Amino acid sequence: MTDTIISFTPVLAALVSLIAVIPIALLRKKPNLREIATFAAGIVKFLLVLSMLPAILSGSKIEYTLWQILPNMAIEFRVDSMGMLFGLVASSLWIITSLYSIGYMRGLKEHSQTRFFSFFAVSLSATIGVAFSANLFTLYLFYEMLSLATYPLVTHHQDKEARTGGRTYLTYLLTTSIGFVLPALIFVYLKTGSSMDFVPGGFLEGHIGAEAALLLLLLFTFGFAKAGIMPFHSWLPGAMVAPTPVSALLHAVAVVKVGVFCILRVYSGVFGIDFLCDLNLGTIITWIAAFTIVVSSLVALSQDNLKRRLAFSTIGQLSYIVLGMALLTPKGVSGGIMHIAMHAFGKITLFFCAGAIFEATGRKYISQMVGIGKQMPITMAAFFIGSLSVIGIPLAGGFWSKFYLLLGTVEDGQWTMLVVLLTSSLLNAAYFFPISFRAFFCKPEDSQFENKVDEAHPCAVIALATTALITAILFVYPEPFFSLAEAAAAKFTNP
Amino acid sequence: MTEQAPALILLIPFLTSILVAMIGIAYRGICWYLALISLAGSVCASFTTLIRVLDEGVIRYHMGGWAPPFGIEFRVDALNALVSIAVSVVAFITLVYSKERVETESPNKVSQYYTLFLLLITGLLGIVLTGDAFNLYVLLEVSALTSYALIAMGPKRATLAAFKYLIMGTIGASFYLLGVGYLYIKTGSLNMFDIQEQIVANDLQQSPTILVAFILITVGLWIKMAFFPLHAWLPNSYAFAPTTSSSIMGPLVTKVMIYVMVRMVLTVFGPVYTFEVLNWNEIVVWLSVIAILASSIGALAQTDLRKMLTFLIIAEVGYMVGGTWLANEAGMTGTIYHIISDAFMTLCVFLFAGIIFAKTNRRDINAVDGMFKKMPMTMIGFIVGAFSLIGIPPTAGFFSKWYLIQGGIESGNWEYVVALLISSLINAVLFFRIIEIAFFGRKPVEGHDHHHGDLHSKICEAPASQLISLWGTAAILLLIGLYNKDIAGIIQDFLLQFNLATGG
Repeated sequence: MTDTIISFTPVLAALVSLIAVIPIALLRKKPNLREIATFAAGIVKFLLVLSMLPAILSGSKIEYTLWQILPNMAIEFRVDSMGMLFGLVASSLWIITSLYSIGYMRGLKEHSQTRFFSFFAVSLSATIGVAFSANLFTLYLFYEMLSLATYPLVTHHQDKEARTGGRTYLTYLLTTSIGFVLPALIFVYLKTGSSMDFVPGGFLEGHIGAEAALLLLLLFTFGFAKAGIMPFHSWLPGAMVAPTPVSALLHAVAVVKVGVFCILRVYSGVFGIDFLCDLNLGTIITWIAAFTIVVSSLVALSQDNLKRRLAFSTIGQLSYIVLGMALLTPKGVSGGIMHIAMHAFGKITLFFCAGAIFEATGRKYISQMVGIGKQMPITMAAFFIGSLSVIGIPLAGGFWSKFYLLLGTVEDGQWTMLVVLLTSSLLNAAYFFPISFRAFFCKPEDSQFENKVDEAHPCAVIALATTALITAILFVYPEPFFSLAEAAAAKFTNP
Repeated sequence: MTEQAPALILLIPFLTSILVAMIGIAYRGICWYLALISLAGSVCASFTTLIRVLDEGVIRYHMGGWAPPFGIEFRVDALNALVSIAVSVVAFITLVYSKERVETESPNKVSQYYTLFLLLITGLLGIVLTGDAFNLYVLLEVSALTSYALIAMGPKRATLAAFKYLIMGTIGASFYLLGVGYLYIKTGSLNMFDIQEQIVANDLQQSPTILVAFILITVGLWIKMAFFPLHAWLPNSYAFAPTTSSSIMGPLVTKVMIYVMVRMVLTVFGPVYTFEVLNWNEIVVWLSVIAILASSIGALAQTDLRKMLTFLIIAEVGYMVGGTWLANEAGMTGTIYHIISDAFMTLCVFLFAGIIFAKTNRRDINAVDGMFKKMPMTMIGFIVGAFSLIGIPPTAGFFSKWYLIQGGIESGNWEYVVALLISSLINAVLFFRIIEIAFFGRKPVEGHDHHHGDLHSKICEAPASQLISLWGTAAILLLIGLYNKDIAGIIQDFLLQFNLATGG
């Protein structure tokens, strides 16, 4: 049996970056000290999350009730294996991203850096809040907080393009969260009369019929539009107007993963795998996800703007996670959860590289990057490792999650989904490999670089090399993410 | 002292208003301080009253010692106590805000302004506290007459708007008076509680006279609260009044009228008569849906900041009329909770509009151009109010919608649920339009390698008194949200006696 530990640590882990906003704002005149404050907050946050890891790995849960806000509903935190996995990914990558941000923002002499770092910290608070939410209401609270806190980051440049991107961003995210999730939330609250606590195995069974269940499932799946399931995906390419560190951490890791994380939580903790199985609802979701996977990969092929190609790739990869969960088999679920971590490290590397290229050369388009491998070898080597991971080829961590997803389809005999996953991997290879190939192997006369170009700011290079290294290490040693995903999947499928 | 608290709530501002009128002409500087002290007294008395109500139950206070049904009775239960707190606190905050503004907006009428201000508050508090239907009419006129004058203190267009308001307000009040007259004919009583007892005792529920009284009173109140399509008087009156006047009337007048409507439905006619004998629930809820959608769309069309906000008030009135006629506990809880939370939300955004007008002397939305740089503190206060109107947790507005939507789902009025959600989304559009202008400036620059020279304007915040009032309101919005369980608990305990429908 699992035992429950009451501890303030999860609250502190979520709040520490929110508190860090105060020193960051106060030190706005001293950029070096301000950045130290960001780092300090990042390291403290990571250590707080890490300190809870042993307990979680041994099968305990950590809980804390912060505030009783409605009768039998509270702002409550609970750390379990899945939340731990996401919390680790987000908090560790924040430290590396901060390093990268410093290089990027200073290299480009961006304005309003204090605002940038402040809202970055707020966003991370919201992300960890989502990861450690104990019930649907707390989850929604932090979900909304994240939408709003990231708006100033997306629109950082304050030009026309940023305004358009920001409008799309908020329109999609707020319309879906207020229009779909909120009524679904209240409906669940009314029908079950419960505290909406996530329990492995769900709590909806017996309270609603099949039609209502289907409707709720769709409301939640599309309502958490941060997951980028088509047709509610357009905000993500639009959000690429943000500075690259934002695209990297928020739109490859924190924000989008919060979307899928919410979906996984609702499937596992509200509906319950068994209930979904009984009503055969998993199939519908797998088809929706499969559609997104194939279409977004095809769209990615046609993009010449590197960041947009990465964005469409992200949309596809997010649906892998949803697909894995919707397979409703232990291997599929654990593959999906693992993919949160594996994709995060791979994709953030790719975004770091895109940003480094932009900072060093000012180029955004893939067609302008022929021959860049000779100029920026470290960056492009990291890019190669990152793309290996996203495609799912050995020597990078992404292999394991994709492998488990494939096992999941076989386990359940879902041959169509197996074909979808394999096709998509081919497409991924088709849109990633040419970039690396033409960067390194091109005839001297084809090269787009006449003059020597240096690598980007050292901070940025260190950051992208680190994430690339972690991606490679995760292939050899996929811990603790492997055990966490396995434990979570075991609990969800066999409550 | 505590036994007299219910009377003191309105006697303090009333007596002070006379004092201000007498000595204010000679000593202009003292008016604000006198008003401040009196409203502080009022706030304290309101809280004392609420605590007493929660301890002892209903307080029956006989004015001058005359027993009802002949004397005027103040009958204070949890409902009035809560609303009177909201009224006195909003008045207090607005007064803090008014300190500099009155001096600039109506320099020659400072004492007159504060006299009228205090009389308006006296009227509104009286309406909330009284247990006598005719006495309520008198106080209705007290507050209405003072509002006309407060609006007419504004620039030229305000005079016409005030005249229009006067006509409509008088019609509304006459309807109400006529309705009370019919009730008096049938029941021989003016005491609200007594009327209800007489209706039940004499089995008057099928009487056409009571029906006519009900219609007259309801329509009269709908005019006074600007329920769409009877709202035409409101936008211009509040948009052109001095900012101090609109900051007090925008949040309070319509909300107090909602309170009267709830009081009439619950105490005078009784929920059985309103919801079961008449059973117009579906029609009224549909009317409210139309009201919510029409006025939200109306708000979208406005380019004048305060006028846009007035349309939001009208939409919120739709929320509450609909919430009442959902005829269940959750809907009624939502309505009463929303009276309180909406008073503060509206106050917050009106104070913001006032501050912007004071700074820029412009009414249009584009006046907020680049305000995140110039007045960051003001914008933070505004954002809390805006988020509350959109309904983002944990602000008060989220929980109003929570209860109201819950009521809509329970009674199966899905059209109402959808209307609320659409209205939230429209609010999001409205407020993010403002936030966008404030953040980007009106003409964002092309391309990204520019230096934002124009955005680096100096910080020039609003005066402390205005900033404090804005931040105070924002803080209260968060507190009402975080303590919604306790407030809703008081409301639900109060509603128990009416046996409203619960559950799905």
